[in-house]
Order: sequence, then C-alpha cells, then structure tokens
Amino acid sequence: MSQPVLKLEGLKKHFESTSGGIFNKKKGVVKAVDGVDLEIFPGETVGLVGESGSGKTTVGRTVLKLYEPTEGKIIFEGNDITGLTRKQMKPLRSQMQMIFQDPFASLNPRQTVGALIGATFEIQKITPPGGVEAEIARLMERVGLNPEHVNRYPHEFSGGQRQRIGVARAIALKPKLIVADEPVSALDVSIQAQVVNLLDDLQQEFNLSYLFVAHDLSVVQHISDKVIVMYLGKVMEQANKIDLFRSPRHPYTKALLSAVPVPDPIKGRARERIILEGDLPSPMNPPAGCVFNTRCWKVQDKCRIEVPELLQIAPGQSLACHFPEPAVPAI
Amino acid sequence: MKPFLEVKNLTVSFPTEDGLVRASNDVSFTVARGETLAVVGESGSGKSVTSLAVMGLHSRRSANISGQAILHLPTGPMDTISATPEAVRKLRGKSMAMIFQDPMSALHPYYSIGDQIAEAWALYNKGSKADGIRRATEMLELVGIPEPGKRVREFPHQFSGGMRQRVMIAMALVNNPSLLIADEPTTALDVTVQSQILKLLKDMQKEFNMAVILITHDLGVVAEVADRVCVMYAGKIVEQAEINDIYYKPDHPYTIGLLNSIPRVDQLEGRRLQAIPGQPPSLISLPKGCAFRSRCSFSEQVPDNRCATEVPDLNEKLEGHFSRCHLTETQLTRARSLAGSK
Repeated sequence: MSQPVLKLEGLKKHFESTSGGIFNKKKGVVKAVDGVDLEIFPGETVGLVGESGSGKTTVGRTVLKLYEPTEGKIIFEGNDITGLTRKQMKPLRSQMQMIFQDPFASLNPRQTVGALIGATFEIQKITPPGGVEAEIARLMERVGLNPEHVNRYPHEFSGGQRQRIGVARAIALKPKLIVADEPVSALDVSIQAQVVNLLDDLQQEFNLSYLFVAHDLSVVQHISDKVIVMYLGKVMEQANKIDLFRSPRHPYTKALLSAVPVPDPIKGRARERIILEGDLPSPMNPPAGCVFNTRCWKVQDKCRIEVPELLQIAPGQSLACHFPEPAVPAI
Repeated sequence: MKPFLEVKNLTVSFPTEDGLVRASNDVSFTVARGETLAVVGESGSGKSVTSLAVMGLHSRRSANISGQAILHLPTGPMDTISATPEAVRKLRGKSMAMIFQDPMSALHPYYSIGDQIAEAWALYNKGSKADGIRRATEMLELVGIPEPGKRVREFPHQFSGGMRQRVMIAMALVNNPSLLIADEPTTALDVTVQSQILKLLKDMQKEFNMAVILITHDLGVVAEVADRVCVMYAGKIVEQAEINDIYYKPDHPYTIGLLNSIPRVDQLEGRRLQAIPGQPPSLISLPKGCAFRSRCSFSEQVPDNRCATEVPDLNEKLEGHFSRCHLTETQLTRARSLAGSK
C-alpha cells in the first residue's frame, strides 16, 4: 500500500483556560483533543464526526498547524511536520488546504473573486502555466462559476456560489490534502448536493485526500471512506464507512446513528431509537473513567473508574469501550 | 377534523428600494388541534414570513399583508390579519405561541429563567410573583429540566442549547396555547439533543392537544413528526399532502428533486446525489410562468411552452393532495420513476 498522505500519532491539543483578569490566573485545562490517531491515504476521505465540543474542528485546525499541537506527531507524506515553524510550514501550505464552513465569513468582502483566488499564487510566488488570469478563469469554470464574474465581489454571489469560490481557492495550488470543516452545513439542501458532488468529482480528478469534519452523519456517510467518531476530545470508534454504519459497536455511535432523522416516514418511525439523556459534559471537567459514561445507556461501575483504551478489534476498526455492542454479521 | 387555524390566500410583500419583494404569495392551509403541519422550504421560500404574519409579528409599516388567518376560538372565529394589533397581542401567548431557532437570542440575558416564564404567565393570570415562579418551576419540570427548583433562578447563559430550547418551550406553553408555531426549533442543536426536543414537542402536543406548525428545511425531521406537509418554493406552496404521499408519491418536480438530493444515513450504496441545478429566483423579479421552471428537468414535456408563460394553479389531483404543476399524472409517474432509478 502507498504511503499515507497524513498520519496522526497520539495528537493532543490542550487549551489553557485563564480567568482573564489582571493576574490572568490559570483556571484549568480544556482537553479539546486528547489522543487522536489516524491515517489518510491518497484519494481517500476520512470523516470526522461528533457533537459540538467533541474536538473535531480542533483536530482539523491542528493538522494544518493553525494550532500548535500539545503532544503527538503530525506526519505529512512521511515527514514529521509537528515541530516546524510558520516559516518552514509555508512551502507546505500549497500541499494542504482548508475549506471553511461559513462562506460569508471566510471571504474578504473587499476583494474580487479574481483577487481572492489569485492571492494563492501570489503568496506562494507561483506562476501557473498560461498565466495567473487564465488559470483563475479555468478554476472558476471548473468549480461551476461563470469566469466572466471574475471582477465581482463576494456579496454578489449566493451562499452556494461563495462556497464554490472557497473550493476554487483550495484547489488552486493542486494540494494533496484538503481539510473541509463543515463545508456544506450552511447551505440549503438543494445546493448542498451540488457542492458535495463537486467535492466528489474533484477528488476523482486530482486524487485528493479529504479530512471531512462534519456533524451531519448523512453527509459524512455519503462522502467518507473511513469514519472517526469523537466525543469530548477522544476517539470512541473508528472504522470503514460500511462497517460503522451497518454495525456500530460503540454505544455512543449506535445512539448517534439512531438519532439521525431518516427522510422516510414509515421506516423512520419504525426505527429503534436510543435517546441519550442530557448534554455533553464540560470539557474543563470531563467525567472520570470513560468520558461517555454520564450519558451511556449501557453504563456499568467499571466505566466510571477505568478509562477504556482504543483497541483494534479488526483490521481498520478500533473501539474504546468496555462493553461494546455485538457485531452484526454481514448479510 | 375541524381546523383550528385557517390561512386563506395570505400574501406578504415588502416594498424595498429595489422593488417589491413577494415573500409569501397566495398561501392557504389549515391545521387542526392535535395535528402537526410541516412547512418545508429553503431559505427565502416564505415559510417564516407566512408564520410571522399569522402571529401578527410583521410591522404594518414595512409589510403589505393581504388575505386571512382565521383562528377558530371558543368565543368565535377571529382573523389575525384584519384584527387590530391590540387584539392580536391579546391572542399571542394565550391562543397561539411561537418558538424560534436560536433560543439564546430569544431569551433575555439579564433576567432569570423563572422571571421570564413568570412574566409570560402573569399576562393572562392573576397571582403574586411567587405564584408565577411556582408555575414556572412546574413548567420546567414538565419539559424535563432536572432540578427545576434550582434552575428556575438561573440565567440563560447557564443553560446549554438544548436546555434553552426546553425553556423556550416551557415559556410558550405556560398559558396553554391551542396553536404552537415552531420555527426551525432543532436546527441549532446536535442530533442527540434534536431527538430529545422532537420527542418533547410530541409529548407536549398530546398533553395540551395543540395544533403545531413545524417550519423546517430538514426532510428527515418532517418525516419523523409531521401529519401533513406543505412544500414552499419562491413564496408559493407548490405541493401539499399527507405525510406518506409527500415521501412515497411526490407530485411536484421540486419535491421529487429535494428528496433525491439528500444523502441518507440508511442507504449505504454509494449513489451519486441528484442535485437540483441552479438556484432559486429572486423574489423581486420572479420569472413569468412557473418559478421552478429554470431548474426543472421536466418542463420541456409540457406542450406549448406553458411552464414559461402560465403560472400553474395549485390543483387537487387526488383527494387531499395538491400540486402546482402543469405535468399530467402520467408524465409525473414517469418523472418519479426516472428520478428514482438514476
């Protein structure tokens, strides 16, 4: 098998929380990401799911070194990039790009589309064959924008079109890896499908790898090859898509999947539903033992004391639970 | 079933510098007590504008409103569109109530939860402040907030998103309204919390025998809770039917398109999503004819270019199933099977 584009080993990102007063006293540590391992191969999509506060966005940002990792290793194409400085990272930036959630906040309102896309070439001091202008037009056309609109400003576009601008910018330098953080959750249903299809096509065309961060399990299920389920900074379960959705082994994954509404009234209402009580605990003060124990429907005494380790249970499938669900045999 | 709310030919438009925005156009529907009507549509389809008009919440200076929204009260019918603002205000909270998408901005950050619920209660009930707080505590318990006696004294920022939505529901229901309008009540919430809130809404509907209008863009949520569905597009209802008819026998190309464009967690085979091309038209310059025509893949099947020249009526094709489309039933059957097999 080829070498992974991205490999994370025990990645941790802790934020120190301070009181903010004149003495800036330390209040505690938020373990936003507390030990994540993953591998993404060329042309593969890894979906990262979890509720708000699970740490999925922090993983995405730490991978791109927008945050400095607290512990662990980030290995990009075989090279350890964990300790690289901002300056040392710069040449690598063309290889790893990001697409953001909010197409309204992530584009500078005072720059034209041409300037927004062209900036990527300027920063990396690259002149594409055929010149920058021709390349911008080609990119706009590729993502489904009219190249004649090159001098328009972001406010002249709809949400879906703005997200296309974000995509054009991300693919401009032909990266190997794109971290997409909730790229379609701000879009209307009919537009969402257009952007998902665009991401699918670009992946095939350029053999791109995606780290796809999202809370919408239906979208993640559609686009991912492998899925990682996070809860309070920890990985609960990791498996290839088919195994995870067909036979979730972690009680949290099972509850999460059962909560996703299905657009089919008869089937949807007949489904077995596991309703989790309460909310995500505070990440400042996570529960002892398994972090999920306060909401788990299978909790036992052991879970409140002993932290379950993330163990490999089958090739490509790992699980952190003392009392997992039985595997559903494939039909 | 006798309807509690009857909306007839409701039209809401806003004059702006760029022209008249036709946000909601000739909308009619009914909803009875104990029934859940879902209003589905994308941003700008007019779903929220319609419900705000029913509640009398549009400023009469900025909005032109025509049509009727009749509440069948025990004291007799009352039209909230033609009634005085003062009369409509007296219905809000008591006969009809509303909850919103973002409970953080709908709650006052400076007042305790108990004070806010007690204030709503005091509008229609006589009693001391302590009675109001007692009633608020009961309501918090009813909507499943743990330790209601303690939480009643706390402030909105001390509650999580899901708990705030429970508070909103408690406040909306404190005077036992007959109609509850829920505008995207779970959109800001995580799925696990969403299923808690949807269950709570169902339980409360039974408890108070309420008519519920659920406004949402999420066809999964609709499938779970609605009895009937209105699909809106560019300010108009394009299809209206019983829940199963919408999902298994959709009659409008837009509904068919929406259902085919959503990824589904229960379908593991990697099918390509069938996106609806293009985007909705501007509400200022609506195209002639059918507003969906430019995105519709079946319009060339209609003879004489009627889709481009003639606005289709909302026809009752089968009993209780309305659709605003020129296609014949035979053509639609083909459209449905084509879309499903692609």
